Amino acid sequence: MTDDSTIPGAAQTDRSDDKLLPELVAHLRDHRTELRQQWAERITGAHLLSAMTNEEVFSEATSVYDNYVGVLETGSVEALRDYARDLSERIIPRGVETHEVIGIVLLLRDVLARSLFEKYREDFELLTHVLNAYEPAANRIANTVAVSFVDQRERVIRDQQDALLELSTPVLQVRERLLILPIIGVLDQDRARQLTEQLLHAIRAHRAKLVVIDVTGVPDMDETVANSLVDTVTASRLMGADVIITGLSSEIAQTLVTIGVDLSKMHTVGDLQGGIEEAERQLGFRVSKVPDAD
Amino acid sequence: MPTDTPTAPLAPLPASILSQRPNLIVSIHAALDDEQLVRLQRDLLERVGRERSRGILIDVAALDVLDSFAARTLADLAYMAQLRGARTVVVGIAPDVAMTLVRLGVRIPLTQTALDLEEGLEWLGQ
Repeated sequence: MTDDSTIPGAAQTDRSDDKLLPELVAHLRDHRTELRQQWAERITGAHLLSAMTNEEVFSEATSVYDNYVGVLETGSVEALRDYARDLSERIIPRGVETHEVIGIVLLLRDVLARSLFEKYREDFELLTHVLNAYEPAANRIANTVAVSFVDQRERVIRDQQDALLELSTPVLQVRERLLILPIIGVLDQDRARQLTEQLLHAIRAHRAKLVVIDVTGVPDMDETVANSLVDTVTASRLMGADVIITGLSSEIAQTLVTIGVDLSKMHTVGDLQGGIEEAERQLGFRVSKVPDAD
Repeated sequence: MPTDTPTAPLAPLPASILSQRPNLIVSIHAALDDEQLVRLQRDLLERVGRERSRGILIDVAALDVLDSFAARTLADLAYMAQLRGARTVVVGIAPDVAMTLVRLGVRIPLTQTALDLEEGLEWLGQ
């Protein structure tokens, strides 16, 4: 090694980055234990990954370190990407934040760069070349880990959104051929579309003739949402089911009239009870109280 | 007979018209092109007169697509049939078809719709 570093400037041309990387990898392998230890300490010192125990941090640090060196050696980030996904999957539920993940990767980059400075400090020229080889690879690794983590997180968020949507629009049968659809929470265009889809399938499955859509739990409504509600009613009619809308709050009623949504073709009733009574009447049910029941 | 003369027999429509007095029941098996739709319309109107039908039921349950021309033709048909004394009901529109029709802004005016054959017949019987 010392022989190499004493080669004068003229010989530097054949010290291409290709040759430097294996040397770099060998160095990182040789000092695996201490560098890993250093890194784990830096992570704890920076209060990153506070949701995990020291042992966990150390064992993850080991895997990341080995993967990191693997990427430097092979130049392929595939394995690291898979590992980063897997890691993200494990640590996202524990509340690990994006800044922590990026932070630890940058720390590792820092720890390794320092050890390179240490090793090549005698020969500035060579150090420059080593860094030329190291920096792009390290940046790529940091990028890969961060992107994998964010991707994974977004996937989790998407899944949760789907689950929430699924949960938030129950279509219930209350009488033969009568469905109710209580809508709770903010309606946006996506949710309105999904809701329509679910309702139409339920109409077919239950052979519904009447649907009561209750919007008591909807805080406000803009023009787009009101129009998609009109579309829901129209689509239900195409499938042979009539729709009664109940629970339009005074604010929503005012908004709808002000923005000029045409609800004239819609059948609306004040509250859910009134809606169900009206629907029962139309379907020919008569609900009466037993005289001497208490 | 040369096949390209106007009198050549046309390929059979992928739709059947059944008579169940006083109604006509039309079942469409596959998507119809514009020319076939017009033929169906003409055949039906002719049958309405000949059989003195009171109602027409069109079952579109087999279709996964109903374009604006088809919707328009059905609406026109309903209106024309009404002029000849028959009521029309379209049954079996699939959820996705209903969504698409509404999203494209296609309205089927004048046409009564019902969930399925049974519902449609009940409506015609009223």
